[in-house]
Amino acid sequence: MNQRTVLYDSHVAAGGRMVPFSGWDMPLHYGSQLQEHHRVRAEVGMFDVSHMTVIDLAGPGSRAFLRRLLANDVARLSAPGSALYGCMLNHEGGILDDLIVYLRGEERFRLVVNAATRDSDLSWMRARLAEMPDAAQLTHRPDLAMLAVQGPMAELALAKVFSAETMSAVHALSAFQFIERPEGFIARTGYTGEDGFEILLPAQAAPALWRALLTAGVPPCGLGARDTLRLEAGLSLYGTDLDADHTPQECGLGWTVALAPEGRDFIGRAALAARTPRCRQVGLVLQGRGVLRNGLTVRLPGGAEGRITSGGFSPTLQRAIALARVPLGPASLCEVLLRGQALPARVVKPPFVRHGLACVDLNSL
Amino acid sequence: MSQIPADLKYVSTHEWLRSTADGSLEVGITDHAQDALGDLVFVELPEVGREVTAGEACAVVESVKAASDIYAPVAGRIVAVNPVLIDQPEQVNQDCYGSGWLFRLVPASSAELTALLDAQAYRDLLNQGA
Repeated sequence: MNQRTVLYDSHVAAGGRMVPFSGWDMPLHYGSQLQEHHRVRAEVGMFDVSHMTVIDLAGPGSRAFLRRLLANDVARLSAPGSALYGCMLNHEGGILDDLIVYLRGEERFRLVVNAATRDSDLSWMRARLAEMPDAAQLTHRPDLAMLAVQGPMAELALAKVFSAETMSAVHALSAFQFIERPEGFIARTGYTGEDGFEILLPAQAAPALWRALLTAGVPPCGLGARDTLRLEAGLSLYGTDLDADHTPQECGLGWTVALAPEGRDFIGRAALAARTPRCRQVGLVLQGRGVLRNGLTVRLPGGAEGRITSGGFSPTLQRAIALARVPLGPASLCEVLLRGQALPARVVKPPFVRHGLACVDLNSL
Repeated sequence: MSQIPADLKYVSTHEWLRSTADGSLEVGITDHAQDALGDLVFVELPEVGREVTAGEACAVVESVKAASDIYAPVAGRIVAVNPVLIDQPEQVNQDCYGSGWLFRLVPASSAELTALLDAQAYRDLLNQGA
């Protein structure tokens, strides 16, 4: 029996096609994944992301613990109300999860990690916390729900359901900033490559917010559109693009590893220093017709082979695109092996689409 | 509930067939199939003139979700493919029994046609699977 979010009945009522996902029954789409995708790029859409795992951390040892636990450095968070994306590594430098950490107060943090890694993350964190000299309280928060409202009109949509006072604070938020208001914990973050917000609130309050947003004309969007939006935005998905066998550098996330200051001994640091990257992440755009899929083999000039970690059709570009793991070395063209054919594809640097606009030059394809 | 027009024939792999005036059979996928696949983004059709056997994979439809083979419902020769689908694969989602047809073939023999399902038999098949 899969778990259901507090919005399960709302999804069914809205015509959601429910599918199993990481132990949860979640909506894949509500009729047309493509329409939902386009609505988010052009206007606004909302996603139930309550399956994601929220973990609160408080107590005098919190900061020191996170500076040990995460490859990115929470010391980079200048003031409460700011957030940071980063990876949690194992001792070998492999990625255990990617997450966002929010600084709420001097020794108060919130982490949002993936649904599929909930149990392993919690046990890893608790075990590492036990090794720290100063105590911190780690609290899993399944009592919270999470809605993502994404798209260029996301702020306008929120203005229809939140108070004017809250909206003036929302308006002042930059990306990766958040506020805590009576309506909820409102962060200017997301997984679509558009402006937007992720709102955490008590689970019992979520259906009312969902209904209010629906009434305000915000269409519900499913996991399908979430996946094509994040792929276009060049955002990696844990379990396919990121895993424990690969380092952040090998997955295009080297920028999230804070090597300064040198003295910060985060888990995986020594291993990263000793390891030479074996591969790198690139973006692919198929030159002709067809669809790139996860797992397809990529052949570079010279014969070296890589693999597509996330492939799909880009509704915005009307082309097949992919994230792929390929051997080190420059490459601008490659072939993808698909149903017995070698199809030419261009190697690009993700993202493919940001803020509604193509980031790759399709005319040169 | 899936639409299953009474005047068409069906096979268990969710293709439909329509007899046309020139004696060829028009082939597409059923409403049930397009609904299960989700939005189509690419259709790969067989070459005109190709001889196919019954059950042979001869086309591919790619949705946002996955690629699916389309099987020739009977043996025959492909005589036409739907050119509209090259640029508008969504026609299959929007009108799977009309403008979203995939290809036409001339059957090798009329004997095989008797084994096809009628609308009621296809509906029963879907109900068994549900």
